Amino acid sequence: MANLSIGEGFIFTLLRLRNYVEPMGLLNDVASRGASGAKKIVGSRGSKPPRYSAAGLIAKGLRGESWPRVWRDVPLRSAYDVIIVGGGVHGLATAYYLATNHGITNVAVLDKAYLGSGGSGRNTAIVRSNYLTPEGVAFYDRSLALYNSMTDDLNINVMFSERGHLTLAHSDSALRTMHWRAEVNKLQNIDSSVIDPQQVKEIVPSLNVSSDAHHPIAGALYHPPGGIIRHDAVVWGYARGADHHGVEMHQKTEVLDIVCTGGEGPDGKGRGGKVTGVRTNRGDVSAPIVVNCTAGWATLISDMAGVRLPITTQPLQAAVTEPVKVFLPAVVVSGSLHVYVSQTDRGELVFGAAVDPFTNYNVRGSLDFTEGLAGHILELMPGVSKMRLLRQWAGLCDMTPDYSPVMGFTPVDGFLCDVGWGTYGFKAGPVAGEQMAECIATQRTPKLIEAFKLGRFEAGRLVGEKGAAAVGH
Amino acid sequence: MLLVPCPYCGPRNSSDLRHVGEAISRPDPNAASPEQWRSYLYLRDNVADWNVETWYCTRGCRKYFKVERNTATNEFRDPPMPGNKIGGKA
Repeated sequence: MANLSIGEGFIFTLLRLRNYVEPMGLLNDVASRGASGAKKIVGSRGSKPPRYSAAGLIAKGLRGESWPRVWRDVPLRSAYDVIIVGGGVHGLATAYYLATNHGITNVAVLDKAYLGSGGSGRNTAIVRSNYLTPEGVAFYDRSLALYNSMTDDLNINVMFSERGHLTLAHSDSALRTMHWRAEVNKLQNIDSSVIDPQQVKEIVPSLNVSSDAHHPIAGALYHPPGGIIRHDAVVWGYARGADHHGVEMHQKTEVLDIVCTGGEGPDGKGRGGKVTGVRTNRGDVSAPIVVNCTAGWATLISDMAGVRLPITTQPLQAAVTEPVKVFLPAVVVSGSLHVYVSQTDRGELVFGAAVDPFTNYNVRGSLDFTEGLAGHILELMPGVSKMRLLRQWAGLCDMTPDYSPVMGFTPVDGFLCDVGWGTYGFKAGPVAGEQMAECIATQRTPKLIEAFKLGRFEAGRLVGEKGAAAVGH
Repeated sequence: MLLVPCPYCGPRNSSDLRHVGEAISRPDPNAASPEQWRSYLYLRDNVADWNVETWYCTRGCRKYFKVERNTATNEFRDPPMPGNKIGGKA
């Protein structure tokens, strides 16, 4: 974040404090996670990072040892094999899987602010795989599998709560799309089905399912494997894991330019060129491979390499209420009402909405959003009318024309992109990292991300995912 | 919330208008190469800086106009340029 306000900085400080205090939560949670029978998927090369546990904290306290840094703080070197621009879930996961799956450890992750300061710390932490296109479903299902085994793989409690995910339909046409999605999902062995309003009421009693609502609930797509996860722990977990395998993380390191040779554009950039390194505010660094994982800032970074992307940047706002007793057992999404809501383990309701209706790079909240959100929430759950909002925030989304990402190689040799993640980047973080790592290590586009190549726009092969990826339609 | 300076109606809340997008010129469909056409369809500069863009005054004069806005700060630069039509009927 270029301009962190004092408020955000303060909240961040609190979050950092929580990082040290909350491992206590492990005592009652890690046992149940381990018992859930999650499949072990990542074939990790070498050891895992040590368990990030309350027991370790207490033992160190008793022995009078210091609680070590979660990742090392090392000087920036002048050359690496791979430079990853952007220290969010996508960048860190790419670095982690490069090290664990492919043994490439001479990697630097650069972030102009702190790790997880962009979308990774601003999303609403929902994960699911009930998408609309077969490409999308296969992709997000893999991501969900990686999230399922993450607590074990990274040895940090990511507090994955598989609580079920409801996408409400308020019209016949929406219900038809839900049936369509359910059938696509079932064909790929995703647990997903259409349920009627009475069944919705049984799962979430606080919803107003009466037919006299302004937008009555006609049914819902029910997806039991969906849920929420602690997004900060995912960021820290990947950073710890990557650090454990020798990857370097450099915060407050802003990329000012990407150095290329041989391209058709000015300074050797553009089509046919080759990346040789980056210029940062802390000096020049050379590398044959530079990966762009910068979400909302994606076009600013790729412009530095002379690569134009079909991306516009729009903020998405979210908000959280004061904590109350648990009453909302599932994640509830309504496309027609442009809102999604879940209740955190602390009892706060977390709301998200559609992206703001005009492009900009500003992460300030707006009253328009709060008013609209409150109206829509009360339409769904009239019972929460007296709840107070604690705070609201915004994150930058990199929107593509077809609501699918842009992944893999670009016309500039050595410059790769993992961007265009719009409003659905967090839930894709693990699989995007895994596939990008494979792409970098093998220098071939993996099958799972073949459909998301930048070249699809020139070839006219768009992957239309708007019906299942966005709430603003 | 954004106060958009419509050249005909004066400043109006952005919810009264539609953000059409960056002002780009449409190539001649008969002469354009597929590459030019795709870049017209999909590619935008998306700068974090001053940018000329098109708005449509949906709930006011129902006219298209161009205006310069800073996408990093959301300031508008006067004056907007009346009569500049882009896309659709004006």
